[in-house]
Amino acid sequence: MSDLHLVGLSIRNGSKIYPGTQALKNVDFDLRMGAVNVLVGENGAGKSTLMKVISGVEQLNGGTIELDGKVVAFADRTEAARHGVGIVFQELNLFPNLTVTENIFVGHEKTFGGIHIDSVAQTATARALMKRLEQDIDPDMPLGNLRIGQQQIVEIAKALAENARILILDEPTSALSATEVDVLFRVIGDLKRQGVGIVYISHRLEELIRIGDYITVLRDGVITGSRSMEGVDIPWIVANMIGTASKEFPKTVEHTLGDEVFRVENVCLPRPAGGYSVDHMSLSVRAGEIVGLYGLMGAGRSELLECIMAQHPNSSGKLFIGGAPVREKSVSGRIKRGLALIPEDRKRDGLVQIMTIRENLTLSSLKDFTRIFHLSLKEEAGKAAEFVKRLAIKIASLEHPVSSLSGGNQQKVVIGKALMTQPRILLMDEPSRGIDIGAKAEIFRTMRRLAGDGLGILFVTSDLDEVLALSDRILVMANGRLTGSFPAGANAADVVSAATPNLNRVDTL
Amino acid sequence: MTSIDTARGAKTETGESKTSALLVLLHMRTFVALILVFTFFAIAAPNFLTGGNMLIISKHVALNALLAIGMTFVIIAGGIDLSVGSIVGLCAMVAGYLVLYGIDLGFLGIGYSIQFNTIEICLMVLVVGVGVGWINGLLITKLNVAPFIATLGTLYVARGAALLFSDGRTFPNLGGNPDYGSDTFRLIGSGSFLGFPLSVWIMIVVALLAAYLAARTPLGRHIYAVGGNERGAALSGVNVDRTKLFVYMFSGFCAALVGLIISSQLQASHPATGETFELNAIAAAVLGGTSMSGGRGRIGGTIVGAFVIGILADGLIMMGVSSFWQTVIKGLVIIAAVVVDQVQQKLQAKVILQQQVN
Repeated sequence: MSDLHLVGLSIRNGSKIYPGTQALKNVDFDLRMGAVNVLVGENGAGKSTLMKVISGVEQLNGGTIELDGKVVAFADRTEAARHGVGIVFQELNLFPNLTVTENIFVGHEKTFGGIHIDSVAQTATARALMKRLEQDIDPDMPLGNLRIGQQQIVEIAKALAENARILILDEPTSALSATEVDVLFRVIGDLKRQGVGIVYISHRLEELIRIGDYITVLRDGVITGSRSMEGVDIPWIVANMIGTASKEFPKTVEHTLGDEVFRVENVCLPRPAGGYSVDHMSLSVRAGEIVGLYGLMGAGRSELLECIMAQHPNSSGKLFIGGAPVREKSVSGRIKRGLALIPEDRKRDGLVQIMTIRENLTLSSLKDFTRIFHLSLKEEAGKAAEFVKRLAIKIASLEHPVSSLSGGNQQKVVIGKALMTQPRILLMDEPSRGIDIGAKAEIFRTMRRLAGDGLGILFVTSDLDEVLALSDRILVMANGRLTGSFPAGANAADVVSAATPNLNRVDTL
Repeated sequence: MTSIDTARGAKTETGESKTSALLVLLHMRTFVALILVFTFFAIAAPNFLTGGNMLIISKHVALNALLAIGMTFVIIAGGIDLSVGSIVGLCAMVAGYLVLYGIDLGFLGIGYSIQFNTIEICLMVLVVGVGVGWINGLLITKLNVAPFIATLGTLYVARGAALLFSDGRTFPNLGGNPDYGSDTFRLIGSGSFLGFPLSVWIMIVVALLAAYLAARTPLGRHIYAVGGNERGAALSGVNVDRTKLFVYMFSGFCAALVGLIISSQLQASHPATGETFELNAIAAAVLGGTSMSGGRGRIGGTIVGAFVIGILADGLIMMGVSSFWQTVIKGLVIIAAVVVDQVQQKLQAKVILQQQVN
């Protein structure tokens, strides 16, 4: 089958290093024309980085990219586009204030003499694209008025308008309805016949098997499997995604679990467009227990934690700590009751980047060092130093800005800040995101130790490996609902299928 | 304030000496600028160094410094307060009205008016200033109006209110009345203690309080956190709304003090008092190292910044430089200050990175 499809673009020995982590390690990747090249791997495995490199958004630190046998180096996105590489990002890169047509042509407008926009031709092309994508979307409609799924279609139309020879689709179906997925697959079939090389990234494994011609599996920046799709099944993909040799996760230390320390009852978060982001979620955590909350992106896990942490005033439901109801409506009130959150986005939510390490560590517990209104800097520094030692945070000085630390050490500062409030329940949203393997293992050891000390931990992850190895109990969420509950040592395939309950729907199409 | 200084000083000792020396110099840049400006005028302008002149300059600086202290907190918290100049005007008019007329209770039909002594007048004026700041804070926190727009609105409203108070006229002869105990009103502007004008003492006390608040209280820390990362601060349990409310109310408080001082100094209040004062206050804060994007700034820096601007203005006048050129020079100094600040930030990040590697 490989002979049928020529290799259009290939990467040899590609490496990409970000501060603190290596996202790609000596990757060899072949992109075949006239075929769907499926790319799969867990969050943080390097899929998106690889695609950013191909589309010129990021540049390799080592290795080469060859296009039609010639070595190329894309300085930016526009240069890649000139070479016929188009990309549809996972996050929509659209302008809600502009019309559908304007969005499709932004950056490469059809013009007379480079000045006057030929809006008639643009609208006509946009209308033709919408027809091709079988969408009833008015090209003059402001994009902001469209549903998310329709916006995603516009994003795809944008790539098609550039006549891409290579088209990268990063999780294009995550926001699409079943019929829209069907249309997209028909369009992909068309493009294939026209010789376009398609890269398709998705977490929905059965979807991949259905549409893919070739498959490449990434794990921790390394390609662990690459072959034609023939004969590939889900167990093969999962095995390559996770690997046989488990990562250095600390084994579950045997300790007895205490009584229930935290309970969530019927938490709901309505979506502005109707329906629920969090749909009647209930769960409980015992003292000393680590509960892993697994699910795909957009399953409502982060939203649930945000509801618990009083971030959504329009959410409903009840919380109980040690059996007593939580009525506090403010973050500080809930922190006082013993809740603490490690947010998913460290930079945006977890830290004040321009403040020092000391100031960040103590931000939630300043009143412990305050008499009436006087803040004792000496006590504060002492406590900060104690936590730096306890969590083995590598720093040169407490007075450096927290932004000077690596991802793993920044995460430890966030954890330190939460622990300083002496919580009874620790909520952790993707605690290992964006940090390297060594630091990950250390974070996990810390979580184990904290659980051993009697802390209840509820952590959210998209990393199957992580949830399987670390949890005393595994809960799975999909579409805002609880779709599975497994004991430690559950079967990986069961957990995955609980996380994608709409697979069957796609299958029966 | 002092503790932050020593912490920063200790940090630079460990680094490479050359960049560190430069960094210390850059860090002290406003102070260096102050010394340069001072030395220049001491040589170039006759009579600059006389005691009388120093007193005049310090009286001028005190007003701008007071506004700039309030402004510094607002900017550190990630906002801006354009209304301070108008609050000065409004408060001056309220003070003048109270001194002259008290509160007329004629509308109750008893043909009687209440007169107040100096302390009472001061308290009422301060309440007005803090009240306008409170409105600013409410607009920004509860109604989600952008600080620039909210305070631009109150800039107009407060100025208009000041004009309405007297129908645009000046309240003259604010000598007060010994019978009511308001004859001491003029002392706010003209009194002195240990040889320094009272207004300078007010500035010193407010500056010390503000510096203490910034460095040694949870509220001060919260102001920095809110300006550095509002969402992060909220998730850490910081009451963001209350923190913001405070900084605008404090800014209004400082503006009310200035309104009192000016009307007392002139023994008259004019509704145009304080026009464009907000720009000088912002300039002093920025010159002193306050970052317009929030999270960074110190009261000490702001005071030094206010002195640089004040000495520059008065010194140039003494040298006979045209006021047109003065404006140009002031603008250039502000721009230079921000450029140097950027250089310092970059260099500092580099030094810290080096220390991490070592």
